[in-house]
Amino acid sequence: MYSLTRLGVDHAALSADDAPGGMFRKWPLFQRMLSWTKPYTGFEPGTRDYERFDWNSLSGDEPAHRGLMAGVMDGTSYFPSRPEMQRGLELFAERTRLKFRYGCRWESTSKEDRDYILTTTDGDYRAPLVVFAVGVSEPWSPPSIPGIEQASHYGELGPTESYADKRIFIIGKQNSGFEIASGLLPWARRIILASPSSTQLSVNTHSLVGVRARYVQPYEDSVLAGGVVILDASIEEVARTEHGFDVRTRSRDEDHSRIHQVDTVIAATGFTSPLQDLDRLGVMRFGQSKLPAQSHLWESIDEKTRGIFFAGTINQGSKGVMKHGIPSNSGAVQGYRYNAKVLAQHIAETYFGKPHPTRPLQAGEVIPLFLHEARFGPELWHQRSYLARVVSIDPDRGLRDEGIMPLAHFLDGGTGYDGAAITLESNGHDDLYPRLYVRRHGKFDEHVLPVDPFLNFETERHQSEIGAALSPVLSESLSRP
Amino acid sequence: MAVEELADAIAGFTLFADLSTPQREHVVDVFTEQWFADGEKVLRQGLSGSGLYIVIDGSAAIRIDGVDRATLRAGDFFGEISCLLSEPPTADIVAIGPLRCLVLALSQVEGFLKSNPLVMYRLLQGEARKVRTTTKWLS
Repeated sequence: MYSLTRLGVDHAALSADDAPGGMFRKWPLFQRMLSWTKPYTGFEPGTRDYERFDWNSLSGDEPAHRGLMAGVMDGTSYFPSRPEMQRGLELFAERTRLKFRYGCRWESTSKEDRDYILTTTDGDYRAPLVVFAVGVSEPWSPPSIPGIEQASHYGELGPTESYADKRIFIIGKQNSGFEIASGLLPWARRIILASPSSTQLSVNTHSLVGVRARYVQPYEDSVLAGGVVILDASIEEVARTEHGFDVRTRSRDEDHSRIHQVDTVIAATGFTSPLQDLDRLGVMRFGQSKLPAQSHLWESIDEKTRGIFFAGTINQGSKGVMKHGIPSNSGAVQGYRYNAKVLAQHIAETYFGKPHPTRPLQAGEVIPLFLHEARFGPELWHQRSYLARVVSIDPDRGLRDEGIMPLAHFLDGGTGYDGAAITLESNGHDDLYPRLYVRRHGKFDEHVLPVDPFLNFETERHQSEIGAALSPVLSESLSRP
Repeated sequence: MAVEELADAIAGFTLFADLSTPQREHVVDVFTEQWFADGEKVLRQGLSGSGLYIVIDGSAAIRIDGVDRATLRAGDFFGEISCLLSEPPTADIVAIGPLRCLVLALSQVEGFLKSNPLVMYRLLQGEARKVRTTTKWLS
C-alpha cells in the first residue's frame, strides 16, 4: 500500500484487523521473533545499507520510514519481542500516514466483465486489479490422519506450566514444532517430535531452509539423551484413551507400527493461506500451505484470474529460479518487503502508465554499481538468486540502471532488452558469493565471482572478474549524458 | 495437494513403483511441490544449480536452442543428468499449459538416491531406455 501510494496509484486498502500488526498481536507463541535486527552495524538505521542487517522493519523510501525496528527494541536481544514487532508496524503506519479501512472483513469474491467485486462487511468494492496480502494464518492439520482433530493445534497451546511432567507428542518437525519443544523443555517429562522426513538445520543448509538455531536445543537434548525423541515416521492414527492418547507411527524402514502412549498431542502441522473462494475463480493453489501459484511478478497464473496479485508472505508461491533448490525469503518480512516495491512499480507501469524510472549510466559506473550492490544491496542479500540489480545495455538507449527485479524475469527475457544482472547466491553448502548474468541476443552467460570470508565483494579481484565478464558488451560508446 | 494425496498420485509412477506408502510419503515430504504457468521455464539451458523434477500434472516441452524436441508428461522426470554430472541443463524445459511438478534440490539428490536404492534402480532403467532410444536414432 505504501509503495502504491508513493507511485500515485489510486487504491483502497482493507484490513480485517482493528489496527496495524494484527498478526503480531497473537504470534509468535513464545513471544519472540526468529528474525533479527542488529543494532550496531556501522550504518545508521534509516539508510539503505543498514537494511542488510535488519530483517524486521518495513522498507520505505525516506530515512524516516526505514529501519524503524532498531528504535523500538529494548536492546536485551537482537530478536525483537512480539510487542516490539507490533510497535514497529504501528510506527511505520503512523509515520507514513497509511490509510487503511480497518475492521473491514473480505467475505467473498466475484467477477463481472473485467472487474473483481469484493464483498466485505462494509459493502462491495469493485476493481480491475486486486492485491491479496492475507498471510498464511489459518491453522491446518492433515485430514488423512485419523483422530488428528483431537490434537491441539500450534495456536491452541495452554500455559506452559500446564505441561509439567507430561508426555507430549508433537506432530511436525519444522520451526513451529521445535519452537514448542524448546518452550516446553523445562516442563515436559518427555517430548516426541515426529514427521516422515528428517530434520534439517539452517546452519547446515546455509539458508532459511530447516530449523533455525534458536530452536535447536531440543535437537541437542535428543542427541545427548535428555528426554526428547526425534522420529522420522508417518503418523498413522491419533486415538484418545482413558489416560491420554495413543499415537501410532510407522517408520519407512520398519514393517510394523509403533504405539506411543502420551498425555498430549500437539499438531505443529502448519498454516494455510485464507484465500476463501478464490479457487472458484480459477486461482490454483498448491503445497501444504495452499499457496496460490504465481508468476515471477506475483500474479495468479491462470488466464481467467489475470489482475489478481499477491503480496506479503504468500509470495512464497512465486518460486523464482530456485537455484540449487533453495527457496526465496519471500515468506518473511526481509524478503517480501522488496517484492512489494517491485510489484507496486510493475502495477504502476503496466496498468497505470507510470513508467519505471531508470537512470542513465556511464560505462565507467557499471562495475562500481554492481560491486556495491553485491556487497551491500539489501534486496540481493535477503532475496538470493531471486531479486537482481539490472543494468540494460542497448545500442539505442545506452546503459541504464533498471533497478531491482526478479532474476527469472530478467533471464527469461521479460524485460525485452539485453543487459547484465548481479545477484548473491547460496548453494546450500558454501558461503554465499555474487553471480553475474550477462544476457545478449536472447541468451545468457553466468559468471560466478569469488567467495570472501569477510563478505567484501568490492576487492580488486571482484572488480577484475566483473570487468572481464562485461567486456564483450560494455563500451564507452554506450555512455549517455 | 496434501502429502497423502501426492503420495497416492505418485503411486502409479514407474520411478516410485517399488515403494511402500510410508516410503512414498517420505518422498513427497522431501520433495517440494511447484506450479508453472503456460510458457514458463522450469529449467533453463545453461543455467547452473538445477534439481530433479517429476511431472505430476500437465506437460512440458524439451527445448534445445529454441527448438522443441520432445514432450514430458505425468510420471516423467527430468534434470537428473544435470544433477548427476553437476552441469547446467542442456535444454530448456518449458511448461505447456499449467504444470505441476515435484522438485528435489541438487544438493539433496545424491543423498536421496543413495538412501532409496529402489528409486535409483528405476531411474537407471529410465536412463537406459533413453540411451537405447538415442542409439536407435543414431543408427
